[in-house]
Amino acid sequence: MKICQFSLSAEPLSPVLLSRALSDTAAGAFVSFEGWVRNHNRGKTVVALEYEVYQALALKEGERIVAEAIAKFGLIGAGACHRYGLLGLGEIAVWVGATAPHRCQAFAGAAYIIDEIKHRLPIWKKEYYATGSTAWVHCSEHSH
Amino acid sequence: MSVANVSDCRPKTVRLRYFALLREQAKRDNEVRATTARTCAELYFELQKEYSFPLPLSQMKVAVNEEFVGPERPLQAGDEVVFIPPVAGG
Repeated sequence: MKICQFSLSAEPLSPVLLSRALSDTAAGAFVSFEGWVRNHNRGKTVVALEYEVYQALALKEGERIVAEAIAKFGLIGAGACHRYGLLGLGEIAVWVGATAPHRCQAFAGAAYIIDEIKHRLPIWKKEYYATGSTAWVHCSEHSH
Repeated sequence: MSVANVSDCRPKTVRLRYFALLREQAKRDNEVRATTARTCAELYFELQKEYSFPLPLSQMKVAVNEEFVGPERPLQAGDEVVFIPPVAGG
């Protein structure tokens, strides 16, 4: 039974717990990715981020993305979790993990999942700037 | 005019949910609306007039009853419709 997990969390993410769920003695490689809240974007000083999510559809689409990665790259297992709500600098906004017999598949699988999450998950990001202003940003507006 | 076309023109009640930019512009996160719009696209044009949504339909995705659909999907009474402005995961 392949592990295929996608979740949303209002609480801080725990990479230790998330990666433990993927442990499998058939795996020779485990690749994880963490997206962190960065202090700048497009020349502006960012002090916090807020994610708003359409939960029911995001859960379905997130599971589809993880399942696609498993099928496409022959992964043993994969998982991802996205935070929502208000996040401070340095917090983990998204976690992705992929296991495979060999590293190439695991790297490719993890990259596929985060790329698809950025473009397909119905979740929105509002940046809070040092100036006191805010803005909704989307993935075509900033460098990845 | 056929019976089917006549029923298409009667107002039907749909539920809308708004997120992010659209939620702020509509100043609400959901509403129940009686509409004569026949498709999701027509419904969006109706909402654009009312709330001055600046984003064109071409930049939106559409979900009905928690699944992505095309903009030309016919509306049915009781549908839950969500217009999805450009997303930003990660």
